[in-house]
Amino acid sequence: MVSEYKISALKEPGYIRLTLIITAVLFLTIFLVMPLVVIFNEAFGKGISNFFNSISDPETITAIKLTVFTTVISILLNLVFGLSAAWAITKFDFRGKNFILTLLDLPLTISPVISGMVFVLLLGSNSFLGSLLNQFGIKVIFAVPGIILATTFVTLPYIVRELIPQMQEQGREEEEVALSLGANGWQIFLKVTLPNIKWGLLYGLILCNARAMGEFGAVSVVSGHIRGYTNTMTLHIEILYNEYNFTGAFAVSTLLTLLALITLLLKTIITKKF
Amino acid sequence: MEEAVEIQQKIYRKKKVLPGFGITFGFMMIYLSLIMLIPLSTIFITTAGIGWEEFWKVITDKRVVESYKLSYGASFIAAVIDAAFGFLTAWVLVRYNFPGKKIVDSMVDLPFALPTAIAGISLTAVFASDGFIGQPLSYLGIEVIFTELGIIIALAFVGLPFVIRTVQPVLEEFDQAVEEAAATLNANRFQIFSKVIFPSIRPALITGTTLSFARALGEYGSIIFISGNLPLKTEITPVLIMSKLEQYDYGGATAISIVMLLTSFIILFSINFYQWWSNRHK
Repeated sequence: MVSEYKISALKEPGYIRLTLIITAVLFLTIFLVMPLVVIFNEAFGKGISNFFNSISDPETITAIKLTVFTTVISILLNLVFGLSAAWAITKFDFRGKNFILTLLDLPLTISPVISGMVFVLLLGSNSFLGSLLNQFGIKVIFAVPGIILATTFVTLPYIVRELIPQMQEQGREEEEVALSLGANGWQIFLKVTLPNIKWGLLYGLILCNARAMGEFGAVSVVSGHIRGYTNTMTLHIEILYNEYNFTGAFAVSTLLTLLALITLLLKTIITKKF
Repeated sequence: MEEAVEIQQKIYRKKKVLPGFGITFGFMMIYLSLIMLIPLSTIFITTAGIGWEEFWKVITDKRVVESYKLSYGASFIAAVIDAAFGFLTAWVLVRYNFPGKKIVDSMVDLPFALPTAIAGISLTAVFASDGFIGQPLSYLGIEVIFTELGIIIALAFVGLPFVIRTVQPVLEEFDQAVEEAAATLNANRFQIFSKVIFPSIRPALITGTTLSFARALGEYGSIIFISGNLPLKTEITPVLIMSKLEQYDYGGATAISIVMLLTSFIILFSINFYQWWSNRHK
């Protein structure tokens, strides 16, 4: 029998519920929605033609190109790595697996500034490797390769961390059956494993893409801020902002903000497929 | 006979081992070494190069100590704010229904998806003395930009999703039959919340809060625009590392970094230990 008393003990009174909902929504509006509104407000506030002038500026275009180029390479590298690592970790048993799993999380907890710094230390012109490469005319730090390396380091966990739990959950039986039916490694991967992990893989790719395009701290350390050469979109935003060209800074920001919103949308859609 | 079958099974099982271990494991190790281990080792090598005495001198320098105090202090306060509002948001999203709930739920991840530099300039615009929120605040005599308060706000922004996304699934899985059981024992709503629900959410809340603290410690992009980066006042540790690097003081930069890295490792280790411990004492 359900008594009156029991029902009141299972739910908060209406006014408390309402207060909590309003507080949470108000907080998130101020904290999350307000900055978004401001980005578009500042970008379009001085007129739409100013916005398009900033977007079509040659330096902005170069920055967009460099960001896209860097992102594509970093994603490809981390995709191959993510698939290999997830395959080795989930389909086989070996010692030190937990250590490797901990390592995979490392770039997420290290400050972006430190992530960029390690490449300056390793490959900068003061280092042994850097001066060696310099003799062959190869410049890594304060150049595009350094930007790619730093971005790859920072985004390393995103794909592999989505794949491992999914492949772990799938187990090995299906692949083993395929093997006993005479399938080779590639066939097993493409026809058995991949269909099972495709949504997780897509999810990882989307997260990796968002982070790669938006990375700032690590890239800032290795870039040397050479205009029109080592300027990614986020670095370009910083330069414009520091020159008090706020419309320009926010105009370039709208592009990455749209990307962030699309990422959130895709994330919501894909999470339902899991 | 039985033995023969066993051996046969063993051979069969061995044959069933999936292909590709050598190449995938090998590639993983080479990649991790090149992208991660070798670069990270340079921090320790460079620090070792400056010697113990110099190391101590660097990390006890007034400007460095002040940056540590600010970074750890502001990150801690930001994490506490995230804990409070993160828990509230997770609760509201799991337990209540209201119009626009799905949009709110998707928006929670915005700080993950939005590049930190953009978060920095837009929060600065929102809280500037002529901004949407900065203006009313400055009437009250509260300045946000170029102060510790601005740093705390930006750090709370970037760390917020950690608490919500760690607490939310645990709250969803919480068996409401336990609440009913407590109600039949004549517990009131407050008692049920504080003695039944909260204790089972606590490990997730602590984990999420710690993650947001760890994230805040290393944050750079969103801070540099809002803080003003005044040495001894509003200069966080990552910004100080950056300025050492710009002066080519690599030894100093790595010495300061090592202290931060060690803290991160200790935090990660403590979270893992705490989760293991709270699982055992369920």
